[in-house]
Amino acid sequence: MIGAIRGTLRFGFEFIERPFERLFGAQLNPLAQLGALGFFFFWIVTVSGIYLFAFFDTGIERAFESVEYISREQWFHAGVMRSLHRYAADLMVVMITVHLLRQFAYDQYRGVRWFSWFTGLPMIWLLYGSGITGYWLVWDRLAQYVAIVSSELLDRLPIFGEPIARNFISTGTLTSRFFTLMVFMHIAVPLFLLFVMWVHILRISRPKVNPPRMLAAMTLLALIGVSLWKPALSQGHVDLTKAAVEVGLDWFYLPLYPLTDSWGRGGVWVFLGAFSLMIGLMPWLPPLRRARAAQVDLAHCNGCARCSEDCPYEAIRMVRRSDGLPFPTQAQDSASLCTSCGICVGSCPSSTPFRRSEELKTGIDLPDFDLKTLRERTIEAAKALSGPNRVLVFACDHGGGRGVVGAVHLPCVAMTPPSLLDYVLSRDLADGVAIAGCAESACFNRLGIVWTKQRIAAARDPYLRARVPRERIATVWASTLETRRVTAAIAAFVQRIAALPHKKLRSPQAASAAFVQPHTPPVSTEAGSAP
Amino acid sequence: MSYLRMAGQFVVIAALFAAVAAFSDAPVYRQTPRGSAIVMLTFVHSADRKADCRRLTPEEIQKLPPNMRRVTECPRGRRPIYVELDLGGRRVFQASLAPAGIAGDGPSKVYERFVVPAGNHDIAVRMRDTPRTEGFDHERRGTVTLSPDQMFVIDFRPENGDFVFR
Repeated sequence: MIGAIRGTLRFGFEFIERPFERLFGAQLNPLAQLGALGFFFFWIVTVSGIYLFAFFDTGIERAFESVEYISREQWFHAGVMRSLHRYAADLMVVMITVHLLRQFAYDQYRGVRWFSWFTGLPMIWLLYGSGITGYWLVWDRLAQYVAIVSSELLDRLPIFGEPIARNFISTGTLTSRFFTLMVFMHIAVPLFLLFVMWVHILRISRPKVNPPRMLAAMTLLALIGVSLWKPALSQGHVDLTKAAVEVGLDWFYLPLYPLTDSWGRGGVWVFLGAFSLMIGLMPWLPPLRRARAAQVDLAHCNGCARCSEDCPYEAIRMVRRSDGLPFPTQAQDSASLCTSCGICVGSCPSSTPFRRSEELKTGIDLPDFDLKTLRERTIEAAKALSGPNRVLVFACDHGGGRGVVGAVHLPCVAMTPPSLLDYVLSRDLADGVAIAGCAESACFNRLGIVWTKQRIAAARDPYLRARVPRERIATVWASTLETRRVTAAIAAFVQRIAALPHKKLRSPQAASAAFVQPHTPPVSTEAGSAP
Repeated sequence: MSYLRMAGQFVVIAALFAAVAAFSDAPVYRQTPRGSAIVMLTFVHSADRKADCRRLTPEEIQKLPPNMRRVTECPRGRRPIYVELDLGGRRVFQASLAPAGIAGDGPSKVYERFVVPAGNHDIAVRMRDTPRTEGFDHERRGTVTLSPDQMFVIDFRPENGDFVFR
């Protein structure tokens, strides 16, 4: 059941992400920047909130008037800030909702990723707490409605002695202290939200907390444009002698409020409890069965820290050397954080298939799919190739290449050490190598595509040697919906290498003497594009 | 990046934001039908204690620690309050309101709303907060004219010992 829902959602996301990726490119695609945009909107809300606070009056009589002054007389600065404050807060809800659905659709919430998923739950509560307390402060008709329904909901809980809602049904019961309390809440809850946002990304290496500048600039400009087009306005002064029965609801923050009329307050609480329980338990429904965690082999680890640098999940840290070898540090893998993606295997300089040791070993390896097995599968796959233009495919299990017959399938294409590409071409196992990974803006293991690109471009350790002809290496990044594109890209690549002169690779010994500078400009390797 | 592509990106972002802005205060939600008013029955009131205070005997007082000696002993628990509300001669609410608190020593409370058509309404509210089983300790009747969307509150002020219409 859950798998079917996930599959349907994934289909939907992959369907809409492709046009987004075409228009925005992988870097600026908003769907790949949801978390970063969430942070960005938080900062917009914070800055605009501080600005508005300078004009806001917490007096019971003055609160509404001060907001009106902001919106009407000072519309060109404070009014715009109010709209930014409102719409950025609404967009945070949108970003969090889509982010949550996307993580679920791509199955990026189970296993060791449970922590980020689980800490997202209090973020939802705190975000709604922040928004709802903000609506009280305006003290207009909507605030009256929000105040009454919120307090009726709270009164349903067996916590308060007297019904809080009684404070909002007649005049003379509220004082200015109430607004001071609400201002305090409206500042304290977001601060706590920020703290939980920090906890949320603790277990992620290189979290995206800032969108690319171009996307941020366009977002801010668009938000200002929308604020001028449709300024956020109040809905008339509170009148406690009249029921606030007709209000323009913010459907992002208050969608459950109308349900109190049909479900009752208890029904809404049951729904909220069930929703929270379901979200909290989802990482274990069912638990993810994954391969065993990576293991460090100290005999082959020189403490270079490349695995630690490349791990997308902070699963590897460098610790003091424990085996007496003359290196200051050694890698230490945490099984509770490791997703067995194999990126560390691809990053280890010891992961070279050219090694002549009797049994191929490397500094860090996957027990269930080690480097030796990878080399064997590569050789086996190459043996099955025939014809004049043989292309060996390394395919990610989560991308469009996962159905390619005869490919070497990997949990992540970044598990492929660059030296393995060299090995395939220099040992004449194939005439070209194609790497088929996930869609560029939806890398299952977060950084696998980036690291693969940089290694091939000799911009990141371990480099692909300069002697390896880049025109014989192609990359194609595609979602699982784009299997045809992968097939077409590989076919086009076969055609391209047919036009290339016969390859001549120097021996590894000669090549090492001619090793080039690390920042050699990368050759365009995107399959389907002009070489 | 071409300017045309940038313009396309901006248009998509702005359109998404405009949709979000549109849903930030629309569509309008109406809680009650047009032409209706709300009668709210709400009060917080403590009924009499379950039993009368009892005068302790000298022996009982003697047994108490010196710093806790008192003349009378009063049970904590309070009685439930019985309330009835009639609107237009029809019984719309009757309940026995239990006292709050684990020990049942807190006040009884009620917070109920009734949506009625705007116009004239005969209202009668009655309460029993003593050990009596027949009749009522507090009662108020009246005819009120409610305007559309009006919030008419029926409260009880213990200091006056009577219901308040406002």
